[in-house]
Amino acid sequence: MREPSWRTDFPVATGDERMVTRRQFSRFLLLTSLGMFVGNLWILVRSRFRRATVYPELRVARVADVPVQGVKLFHYPGPDDPCLLIRTAEDTFVAYGQKCTHLSCAVLPKVAEGKLHCPCHEGWFAIDDGRVLQGPPPRPLPRVVLERRGEELFAVRIEGA
Amino acid sequence: MKSRRRDAIDGALALLSVLLVVQMWLLTAALEADLAGHHEAALPGAVLSGLLFAACVALGLLAERVHARHD
Repeated sequence: MREPSWRTDFPVATGDERMVTRRQFSRFLLLTSLGMFVGNLWILVRSRFRRATVYPELRVARVADVPVQGVKLFHYPGPDDPCLLIRTAEDTFVAYGQKCTHLSCAVLPKVAEGKLHCPCHEGWFAIDDGRVLQGPPPRPLPRVVLERRGEELFAVRIEGA
Repeated sequence: MKSRRRDAIDGALALLSVLLVVQMWLLTAALEADLAGHHEAALPGAVLSGLLFAACVALGLLAERVHARHD
């Protein structure tokens, strides 16, 4: 009897195949389970021995440079980390990393609405503390801690980065 | 009798797979929480993962024992 043409195209040698026994399968599952446990242990060790990151201080702006409800873009801690300085009231300044915690699109300030908007996937953050109000972002925006020294504002560290 | 033993092994393997899925979810949730700065979630995550691993070992041993009797 002539072989079907698909057999020449896809020569599956069933006789050469090796069956996975139940014993082998259970061992594979156990090994994977051990891997997951080790992964969790690694996270635990990592969280216990985490060194506090030291951030450089950066002069961000003079108070007079940013009007009430005004926004200033700056980069902190590195040149590839865009951040937004927002003056929400006469004496209230907040600053956040501009990268959305979903897929790193740039968030846009909607100061009048008290929100920050990520236009890529309709993510919304509260301007007061950067928490997620709506949409797919899984975490709040990283908050830049500011210090006011006289008439100047300094970025001193980042929380939640 | 043989088929009952095989059913017991299959049941243990199915339960093992379910526990493994829970463990995978636990690992991703613990990592996500850790990256978000919630380091307090790491300890309960590790403890729970250890318990699930112990349950998996117990199920594996059970399957192995039934196997040994079968052999």
